Formats: sequence, C-alpha cells, structure tokens
Amino acid sequence: MFAKHLAALTVSAAALTTVSIPAVAQEFSGVTVDILTRPGYVIAGPLAERGKDFEALTGAKIVVTEVPFAEIFPKIQNDWATGTNSIDVGVFAAGWGVELDAAGLLEDLDPYIANDDKIDLDDIAPYFREFGQKVGGKTKLLMVDGDFQMVYYRTDILEAAGLEPPSTWEEYLDVASKIHGQDMNGDGEADYGSCIFKKRNAQSYFAIQTFAAPIVQTQGTAQGFHFDNSSMAPIVNNAGWKKAFELYKETGKYGPADELNLDIGDTRALFKAGRCGLIVEWGDPGTLQLDDDASAIKGKMYAISAIGSTEVLDRETGELVPVSAESAPHAIDGVNYAPFAAFGGWAGAVNAAADDKTKAAAYAFLSYMNQAAQSGIDVTIGATGYNPYRISQLENIDLWVEAGMPRELAENYLGAINGALNNPNMASDMKIPGAQQYTAVVLDTQLARYLADEITVEEALANIEEGWEEITEDFGRDEQVAAQALALGN
Amino acid sequence: MATYDDMRQPGLIPAGTSRRTRFAEWVDRHSGTFFIAPCVTLILIFAIFPTIYSIFFALSRVRFTGDGLRFRFVGFRNFSKQFFGSSEVHFLGRTDPVSLFGYAVFAVIVVAVLVWLWRSRKISTWVGMIGRTISAAMAIFLSWILCASLLSGNSIGTLYTTLFYVFVGCALQFFIGTGLAFLCSQPISGKNFFRVVFFIPLMITPLGVGYAMRMVADVGKGPLEPVLQFMGLSDWVWSVDAWSARFMMVVSDSWQWIPFIFICMLAALENIPRDHVEAAQVDGASSWQIFREITWPQVLPVAVTVLLIRMIEAFKIVDLPNIMTGGGPGSATESMTLHSMYIWRANDLGSSAAIAYLLLILTVVVCASFFNYVVLGQVRKVRA
Repeated sequence: MFAKHLAALTVSAAALTTVSIPAVAQEFSGVTVDILTRPGYVIAGPLAERGKDFEALTGAKIVVTEVPFAEIFPKIQNDWATGTNSIDVGVFAAGWGVELDAAGLLEDLDPYIANDDKIDLDDIAPYFREFGQKVGGKTKLLMVDGDFQMVYYRTDILEAAGLEPPSTWEEYLDVASKIHGQDMNGDGEADYGSCIFKKRNAQSYFAIQTFAAPIVQTQGTAQGFHFDNSSMAPIVNNAGWKKAFELYKETGKYGPADELNLDIGDTRALFKAGRCGLIVEWGDPGTLQLDDDASAIKGKMYAISAIGSTEVLDRETGELVPVSAESAPHAIDGVNYAPFAAFGGWAGAVNAAADDKTKAAAYAFLSYMNQAAQSGIDVTIGATGYNPYRISQLENIDLWVEAGMPRELAENYLGAINGALNNPNMASDMKIPGAQQYTAVVLDTQLARYLADEITVEEALANIEEGWEEITEDFGRDEQVAAQALALGN
Repeated sequence: MATYDDMRQPGLIPAGTSRRTRFAEWVDRHSGTFFIAPCVTLILIFAIFPTIYSIFFALSRVRFTGDGLRFRFVGFRNFSKQFFGSSEVHFLGRTDPVSLFGYAVFAVIVVAVLVWLWRSRKISTWVGMIGRTISAAMAIFLSWILCASLLSGNSIGTLYTTLFYVFVGCALQFFIGTGLAFLCSQPISGKNFFRVVFFIPLMITPLGVGYAMRMVADVGKGPLEPVLQFMGLSDWVWSVDAWSARFMMVVSDSWQWIPFIFICMLAALENIPRDHVEAAQVDGASSWQIFREITWPQVLPVAVTVLLIRMIEAFKIVDLPNIMTGGGPGSATESMTLHSMYIWRANDLGSSAAIAYLLLILTVVVCASFFNYVVLGQVRKVRA
C-alpha cells in the first residue's frame, strides 16, 4: 500500500513539474478568481476542474458561477459597468466582447501575452486569433473553444436509402423528407429526418443565420450578410432572407412534433439516442458520438462543412439570381457556400476594474486553459463543449485517433472544420455593439413568431428591419459603421 | 379599571411647566409619528424611489459604460414603439385586417360603455366621473384590441395573453377553489386530510411548480404519455400550439393558486353563523336555496376581495411561461412581465421599464375598476 501511495505521489509531483503554466508555483496564493459562464458541465465543468489543478499549481482559487445562457452577457455587463465587480472573468461568445470593450470594461491582454512564453499564439488558427480574440487590434479575450455551425448526417441511414449527403438546403429538405419516419435506432419507433433547436430564447437564431448566409453573402467574409456596411442599413427584408426563413420553417415538417420547444440540450439527447438523420450543430457532435450513451450513432455522424445555395441575393434589386461567376465568385460547382462561424467560440475576458493581482491570476488561468497542453485534451472530449481552434488540434489527426475517434471520422470531422475555416466566403457572426440585441432579441423573437404562425414571413422580416434600425440609431449609426468595418476586417 | 382620563392623549401644555416636561409631552404627542417614521422612510427608499427613478429609464435610452449608466432622453419613444413601432405586433397582437364581426362587437361595446358613463353623471361626483372616464377609456381601448385581434381571427400579443391569464385563470381558480372550499366545509369524513392536500401546492415556489409541470406535461416522456397514447393523441404536442400552450399555463397556474382561493373561502364559509342555516332548514329551504340566499351573500365580500387580490397577483405571472415554454411557441405564452424581463435581459432597460409602466397602468385601472364597481357594489349590497 505504501509503495502505491509513494508511486502516486511521485507521478503527481512529476505531473506538477511538467505542466506548462505561465505562473510560478503558488504565485497567486490567497487570490480568488470569480468566473461567470453558462450552466451545466458544458463549458463550465472543465473550467472548474482545471481550476482545481490550477489552484494546486499556483495557489489561485478559481470559483465558477453558472447562470442561464441568456443572462450571461447582461449579468457581466451590469456587474462591470455599475462598478459591482463581483465577477473577474466572463466566459462568453467571442463576439460579445466588442460591446464591453467599447465601454472600456475589458482588460488589454497584450502586455500579459508579451510575458507569457507558453501560450503560443501562432498555433491558434488565424480566424480565432485575429477575429475571436482581438478587439480593435488588441487581444481582449482568450479562446477556450472554436465554433462553426455545420450539418451532420447519419452515414448508415443515407447509405441504406441510397442518398448522397446534401449540398444545398433544398437537397437537405429532400434527404430529410426521404428518411423521415424511419426507425433509425432499432427501437421500433419512427424517427426524424431533421432535428434543429428551434426553441425561442435558445439557439434558433444561430441556425437561421446558417441558412441565410450562403444565400446573402457572396463576395467574401468582408461583405457580411446582415447590413450594408457603408450605411448599416439592414439587408434582411429581401428575397434572400425570406427564402432562408421559408426553408428553415420547412425543415419542421421532418422534425420532432415539439421541435419549436426544443433547445440544444434536447436535440443533443435526440441525436445521441440515434433519432435524427440530419442535424444542424456546432462541432460537438463529432466528439459527442463517442460518448458511452451514444452507442447508436458512434462513428456514424459525419459532418458537412457548409450547405450552400444555387440562388443568391442580388443586393441591388433585393431579388434572387442564379449563381454565376459575377453573382457568387467563390461558388463551387454552381453552389455558393458561406460556412457560418456561429457564436465565434467561447472565450474568456478579464474585468479591467479587478485588482492587479487578480487580473494577473485571471489571465494566467485563461492562458492555462488555452494552452495546447490542456486544450488539446479538452477539445477531444465531447462533454466539455470545447471544439478545436488551434492548428495543432485542427491538423493533427493522431490527436483525435488517440482520443478514441475512428480515423475516417476524424478525417471527415477535421476536414469539415478546416474547410469552413479556410473558405474565403466564410460568414462571420455579428461582432458589433448591440450584437445580442440585434440577434438574440429582435431576430430570435420574430423568427419564433413566424415559426409559430403568429406572423407572416414578410411581417417578420419587416419587423426585424425596423428593430435593427432602432438599435443602430440607439448605438449611433456612425459608431456602428466603424465597428462593423472593424469586425469584418474592412 | 381604566378611566377616561387615563386613556386621553396629552393635551396642550399648561403654562409654567418645566422645559423637560414640555419636551417629554411633545415627544409623547408625536410618538406615533416617531414610531412609523422608520417604516415610512424604508418604504420611500425601497418602493417609491425606485418607482420614480424607473421613469427616467422609461424615458431614456440607457447605455452601459465604464463610468456607469449613461442616459439619453428619448421622450416617449420607448412607449410609442409598443403601440406604433417594431414592437406593436408583439405587444398588441396583429390588429389588421379587422373583420365585420370585430367592428360590430366593438360598436356594441362602445355604445354600452358610453351609456354607462352617461348614466354615471347623475350618481357620481366629479372625482368619481374622472375615475369612470378613465375606466371607460381603458375598456374601449381593450375592446378595440380584442375586436381587432382575436375576434378578427388575428393573433394576440402579450397584452391580451396577460389578460387571458388574469381573467380565464382567475375565473377557473375561483370556481374550483370555492367549490372545494364548499365541499370541505360540509360535514364529510376526512375533510381535514383534504384541507392539507389542497393547500400543499401553494407552499411550493413557482419555479418548482414550473419545472414540475413541465415534466408532468411532457408528452413524450411524462407520466401522461401512456394516457395520451391510449387516447390516440401521441402526436399531439401542446407546446407548439398557441392556445393549448396558453391553456397549459392556466392549468399550471391554477394548480398552484386554487389553494389560495380555497383557504380564504373556507375560512369565510366556516364563519357563517349556523343558526341562519338551521333556521332555513327548519323552514324547509332546499340546499340550493340556502346557498343562494344565506351562504353566498355572506361570503360575497370575501369572495370579491379574494378575487381582487388574486387578479393583482395574476397580472405579474412570469415564472411558469418562462420555464415551461420560454414564452413560446413564438410569443404565445409571453406575459407582459415576461416581455419586460426578456427586454431587460438584453439590457434594453428603457423599453423594459416602459412595458413595466404599461403593466402598472393596466393593473391599476383594471383592479381599481373591479374594486369600485364590483367589490364595493357587492359590499354595499350585503350591508343594505
């Protein structure tokens, strides 16, 4: 027994000395870092677990507080802007940082990075490094997750039906209609052609943008697909978004009867139980299908980096035109793709008003989470909710195979994410002040009302246009034009 | 035995009394004020001041900055957009096109309200007339929205969803709660057990009720799933249809609040003098006659007061729709409080405060009208 204890202590001591952290051991004794993020094990769980390791290494105590998804941003903004400052670190969507930074609430992390030889910024994929972590050219956040919304399909179901994976939304509907009602998990019950989280106040407003992006954005990432960048006039009340809304609603015919009341937790439970033929999701299903409770789909859910459109919006006329070399120069085989970097990934930001010692400890912890030694493990575990964002994760198939992913699936999974990342027409999520109001309130509410047949698609789009204009006026049109240019790299 | 002189309040201080005695007398005279002053001060700080302060929010666009909150005065814009702007359909519902039936019902209601107002001028003071005019204006406004939305086949907004919860929910709760109270006031065996059982839901936090009802009402995994399957309703999902979702909110809300009506009405029923009932029985009155002529008139003042308290509470419903449906499908189950909360959560504090004020106005006018024209009327009738 003594020998076992001795061996365990030796291994622990060895581990402590080899783990890479930017701080000297016990440097932060007596410091507590309060972190606020989403509820549940996803995202929050690894922060708490790694927090214990970090405490053992540096002495800094990591306290993770969880609040409902929709309350993360307002709680952080309230806490920091009113001088309450009970939160030292917020872990939220990378795109939300810009509004906090505009109010001077975010700590500039560049000076810390300059003294951090472990973080290896060059290993972070350029999109996440330059657009996710930086605001106004300065690093204000550190990623713990990288996000793209993609479509996943059940290889066994499509093969059995003699169907090819869809490449356009019309094909998506066609495939969904042909497999809908089949028993996909052998329990004798009819299952669903398509599963999408359509509950209001949840994640539905991201999925609709995934539908709209390839129809509205054609000229590259810098074009965007929400506004006319020179005037911030909404580009939403047109035939492109109308088609996206209609296609999105149409998927409901091949989904669960209560799809309008399903959030991402509900749809994940469904596809892990093998009940969905097609899903719209972030990178998580790639690893979630390896979980013990997902035996029905293990190794069977393949990713498609983007679903495209053969018709695109002509912004001059507001009507749809066929894809051509002029209308969509980045199109491939007559299909315009615009993979949507929905949410942008979970990232941590440090409260500028925290005291210096706490800020240093907060940065050190975010750096610890971000470093390849830790994140390279976390992104391969489905339950963490962390998806790859480092080049060493995106290009290293062996990392995933060693974590238990079949090689073929790993090639497909990383291929899909890399395909999205490297697409010159990749669609960026909104990253301007008020982003949450534009999308999580106005877009989400009108979309939900349209899906519930309360209003027509024309009314929904007109209301969104008016609502977005009101927000732009509130924040100041000129300021928003400047912020949009910065967000899209213009 | 205390005399009148012992109980008399201190009067004017006679000339020649010492300064200390005069101070003690003065303190004695104002002791009531001193005792209630801390309470009044606390109310002013914690209730009235925030109410007034929130007017600044309602009239402003509020931004969060590193230096705190920055207010930009926007007049009544936060209010007007609920009636004419981007939030009109969300708040009022769709009011176009209006059906012929809608116009006809509206015309009838307007005429009835105006006739009532015209007749009131003879029996009411000028202050009373102001109140009645406000009530009439609110009635006409609400009637128009009802006729233009629901009665014209259009969807309703958060305004009428709230009123649906208030009127339909309170009516349901009142009838069931009163009925249960009446049963438990009868000499039946095991009534104490039922009293406890009926009262339990009121003890549970609304948040707990929301989650419990969400699980119970889950058509796929809930305990009622086999029943629905047996009835051939396995494909029916209450949460995706606007009216079934609203009814589910009313059912869940009723489950929690029927005990409140029950316990109040039970107390009222048990306070009815037995000799009245026994005298009626001796005279050969039927059970229905005893209830109509003796029981009901005596519990009526309590009944309308309980209903008033319940209505005030029902206007604030927020937990159940937030937990069970997130306000959906669409905004079908979204009450005005939830509407305000969702906007507040997006840090649009001005619009959130504006909706809160609209709810305050609605609650005050509807409940004050109910109190003046129903509660007081019934109380006067009983006294007469």
